[in-house]
Amino acid sequence: MDMHLTLTVDGEEHSLDVDTRTTLLDTLREHLGVTSPKKGCDHGQCGSCTVLLDGRRHLTCLSLAVAHEGASVETASGLATDGLHPVQQAFLEHDGYQCGYCTPGQVCSAVGMLREATEGHPSHVTADLIGEVDLDDDEIRERMSGNLCRCGAYVGILDALRECASQ
Amino acid sequence: MKDLTYLTADTADSAVELFAATPGAQFLGGGTNLIDHLKLGVATPDALVDISRIPLDRVEEYQDAIGSGLRIGSNVRNSDLAAHPVVRASFPAVSRALLAGASGQIRNQATTGGNLLQRTRCVYFQDVTTPCNKREPGTGCSALEGYGRHNAVLGASDACVATHPSDLAVALAALDASVVVLGPEGERRIALDDLHRLPDDDPSIDTILEPGELITSVELPRTAVAAQSTYRKVRDRASFAFALVSVAAALQVEGGRVSDVRIAWGGVAHKPWRARRAEDWLRGRAITEQTIRAAVAEELTAARTNAQSVYKVPMLTNTTTLALLRLAEEVAQ
Ligand SMILES: Cc1cc2nc3c(=O)[nH]c(=O)nc-3n(C[C@H](O)[C@H](O)[C@H](O)COP(=O)(O)OP(=O)(O)OC[C@H]3O[C@@H](n4cnc5c(N)ncnc54)[C@H](O)[C@@H]3O)c2cc1C
Ligand code: SF4
Ligand code: FES
Ligand code: FES
Repeated sequence: MDMHLTLTVDGEEHSLDVDTRTTLLDTLREHLGVTSPKKGCDHGQCGSCTVLLDGRRHLTCLSLAVAHEGASVETASGLATDGLHPVQQAFLEHDGYQCGYCTPGQVCSAVGMLREATEGHPSHVTADLIGEVDLDDDEIRERMSGNLCRCGAYVGILDALRECASQ
Repeated sequence: MKDLTYLTADTADSAVELFAATPGAQFLGGGTNLIDHLKLGVATPDALVDISRIPLDRVEEYQDAIGSGLRIGSNVRNSDLAAHPVVRASFPAVSRALLAGASGQIRNQATTGGNLLQRTRCVYFQDVTTPCNKREPGTGCSALEGYGRHNAVLGASDACVATHPSDLAVALAALDASVVVLGPEGERRIALDDLHRLPDDDPSIDTILEPGELITSVELPRTAVAAQSTYRKVRDRASFAFALVSVAAALQVEGGRVSDVRIAWGGVAHKPWRARRAEDWLRGRAITEQTIRAAVAEELTAARTNAQSVYKVPMLTNTTTLALLRLAEEVAQ
């Protein structure tokens, strides 16, 4: 069954008909030609399809497009409209990738993660649940654990995000 | 995936009505479990009733004849619940359990109601080419003789040895939460400990909910012991993995003796396992490594293991001991 859908993607409004079974990821990639979010596992296990949905990091492979009527999606490529986003710049400077397949998901996840930390959200490794958040290496690793990298660029990603966290 | 009708509900009442009026309907929350199951062919609804836009998205204090507590709307996202200041301060086991589950992205998407009703991660349940009594009643249980590292060790049956995967449910069971449910017959409250059932001879049914009943909120009673609670989870990797075993614990000590204690286990049964025999055994005693081990042994006399799952007994004993000893140190400060 087809349904009508409106979505804002990287600031551009789209209006289209999609089959109700289509995921947000397939809608972006196959229907709108927005290929920045990547399909890794398609089952929520790798994070490569991560975007910012209404400002929060969110998977697109376990979301039906029709369930997000009217939503605003920001992808990694949309973060770079005014030159590179500071997170992207840091990935570049610290070799936070090798093949680059997981990178758009890592970048969106990192932007969301930094916002969550600014809002004071604790994580699994936060010792004091009601204290301030200090984004040390353990915190960064834990908060980014939803993004896998088959090339193992974790060391560079950690370096990049340590720099972002201190700014 | 077969053709799918998609409907949205704006209110809890309209969700229940839409469900009743639509053959083959299933509720859709955040979708992190259900959409996976649509892809795998594990779930085959004809229609989805999307409940994620119903404004059941607030965490509020309540006060009733019995006491006070927090009422958590079923659409509150796992990340928001974990970060809620009152939950962090007064119900730390709930924050800790949520933060130990899934990933940052999934927690932003997953709802409170959906989390409790997520289905088992048994590998055979998720693989439609294998026999599984839960997915296809009467076909047999592949896990009995197959891959058994994740098998239940308490309350299982010959029909099914699956475990319930939710971390949140374990913390809520320990803290005496209940779920508020709306159905065609009206509203009812179910103690979280009674929500999930043991497999017995029909593992296809996970909970005592009737088809079409909607969880609208979770009520979490405020108690002194809840403020002194924690959650410990053991898994194959440091993060982003389901529990091998987990422990939610809460402790109050007066004059050197346990005045109140709550213990619930994850990864060991078809439901969050409230260890009441262990609690009873500990009440009134001093909290030492020895008394905790004895209490756990009391509860685990009923455990049934095989060569692959037997590790869960010492793992659970050690994890429970550590959780309670740490709490005892904190309480003493
Ligand atoms: C890779 C991965 C790792 C994960 N790791 C963990 C983990 O470590 N620990 C953990 O606890 N969980 C983990 N999860 C599971 C995750 O927590 C659940 O998928 C999520 O909480 C389900 O919530 P949802 O809102 O997305 O539910 P949905 O997928 O929308 O729904 C799940 C089920 O609940 C029903 N439902 C939803 N809401 C209601 C309601 N209000 N009333 C009645 N029925 C309802 C649906 O019909 C469906 O049957 C993981 C998931 C993934 C994909
Ligand atoms: S343990 Fe339960 S869910 Fe797993 S194969 Fe057996 S019947 Fe199916
Ligand atoms: S493609 Fe979405 S998490 Fe892997
Ligand atoms: S850079 Fe290749 S998968 Fe991460």
